Amino acid sequence: MSLQKEDVEKIAHLARLAVDEADIPEYARNLSDILELVERMDAIDTGAVTPMAHPLDMPQRLREDVVSEENQRERFQKIAPQVENGLYLVPQVIE
Amino acid sequence: MHTKTLAELSRGLAAGEYTSVDLTRHFLQRIEALGGELNCLITVTADQALAQAREADERRARGEAGPLTGIPLVHKDIFCTDGVKTSCGSKMLDNFIAPYDATVVRKLKEAGMPMLGKANMDEFAMGSSNETSFYGAVKNPWNTDTVPGGSSGGSAAVVAAHLAPFATGTDTGGSIRQPAALCGITGLKPTYGRVSRYGMIAFASSLDQGGPMTRTAEDAAMVLNVMAGFDERDSTSVEREVPDYTDGLDKPLRGLRIGLPREYFGEGLNAGVAKVIEAAIDQYKQLGAEVIEVGLPNAELSVPTYYVVAPAECSSNLSRFDGVRFGYRCEEPKDLEDLYKRSRGEGFGPEVKRRIMIGTYALSAGYYDAYYLKAQKMRHLISDDFRQAFEQVDVIMGPTAPDVAFKLGEKSDDPVSMYLSDIYTIAANLAGLPGMSIPAGFVDGLPVGLQIIGNYFDEARLLNVAHKYQQSTNWHEQIPKGF
Repeated sequence: MSLQKEDVEKIAHLARLAVDEADIPEYARNLSDILELVERMDAIDTGAVTPMAHPLDMPQRLREDVVSEENQRERFQKIAPQVENGLYLVPQVIE
Repeated sequence: MHTKTLAELSRGLAAGEYTSVDLTRHFLQRIEALGGELNCLITVTADQALAQAREADERRARGEAGPLTGIPLVHKDIFCTDGVKTSCGSKMLDNFIAPYDATVVRKLKEAGMPMLGKANMDEFAMGSSNETSFYGAVKNPWNTDTVPGGSSGGSAAVVAAHLAPFATGTDTGGSIRQPAALCGITGLKPTYGRVSRYGMIAFASSLDQGGPMTRTAEDAAMVLNVMAGFDERDSTSVEREVPDYTDGLDKPLRGLRIGLPREYFGEGLNAGVAKVIEAAIDQYKQLGAEVIEVGLPNAELSVPTYYVVAPAECSSNLSRFDGVRFGYRCEEPKDLEDLYKRSRGEGFGPEVKRRIMIGTYALSAGYYDAYYLKAQKMRHLISDDFRQAFEQVDVIMGPTAPDVAFKLGEKSDDPVSMYLSDIYTIAANLAGLPGMSIPAGFVDGLPVGLQIIGNYFDEARLLNVAHKYQQSTNWHEQIPKGF
């Protein structure tokens, strides 16, 4: 699979990544090389193989639905870029 | 003091030959004198280390010391350390002071090990040379023109240069074993689920596993005793008893069945490295082991499989870095989308962006079956190969990496050639198996690692197999010039 400029722009948008216009051709080349590597998998017929969900075939552990953590809002918000009155601030989204 | 192994330091502390404060000061002085040249540490926590050392000495005076109490360590900067910057090698987390300890950090702290600092690493553990770090490349102590391997390159360099007797590492596709090989030290990636991932910044959650990087297998056994174990805060942690890994170290190897996968000795392997590995296998034969050829027919597709699974999981895991709750935020965002895009675009380096984009693509509508589902099926085939091999053998051996340490910059412009550095290590991650790398010789003055892969939860056997080799060879005792 060879990716074009428009493909890279679309993927970058889906991933919410700003990519400099000047860097796009290099990303297109590198990502195409990686996909070419990945597509070597196609040499193997996996039609009858079940996908592996977990390396140990282990079920997900369940626990009682009880509160186990204490509220540490102030401590956690101390490292946030911008907070006010216990809320995380972002640019206005509703006019 | 720095030439001693962790086990020797443990005995020295117990005998009162020196205190933890003596040891900690000594290693801090070495870090100050030699750490800068190697660029192997992102943060040095001298004051905290000395305070912890004093506590360790008091604990010993009270008669409450354990085998690790007072021995200093370094943590890979992927482990959250309460109150200390935890950067993960990224500009994205350059301002991140972790508000809690990872389980591994907590356990080693409770064992009484002072933390000297946080080791440099590839950004978000994505790399095989430590060149993707926001903080610059780490140099290999054996030749400072070459890379230390990655992603735990800082940890490997720290141990190889004797700046600490032990450093933690993490291994998603070889990130403990490959740098251990390139720096001539001992590294162990435990079975998936053996060591808690809580507080270990996630890259690819179904592959990531923390483990020890030390000079000897005995040292690795001592620290694994503390690092391993069930943790209810990690949903994939395994509820299974932790044996005393030091117990069986001296078991004779007579009758040990070693599997040699023919796929690990083919094209692409440096001829000098092949010779070193053959000599190591001969040594094992002298120790009484039997060698059996095994096949891992799908192993050569482990790199392609990995470069779907790991980026897919990374694109999901790294979506949490959005410039809102912690980490880097861009200047003057004009709207919310701009905030997300520029914070991520400016905060992540090129390799991380490449992997996020590959993962996003592989998971996007219309491509899921061709990439992600296909890779998960491949993963099954690769695991089945190992299952069959372990019906015939006790351990599998081969080279850890296809070559010795390469020159800084040699592969940094070519992602695919860099990815192939992990060709022999990735399969164990995809299968969830434990693997080790131990020093086995040199090519052109650079260390070569022997890889030993074991069956699930067979870490004790791996350590035994590695220890017996180290008892009969001295490759692990070699010291790089100037350190």
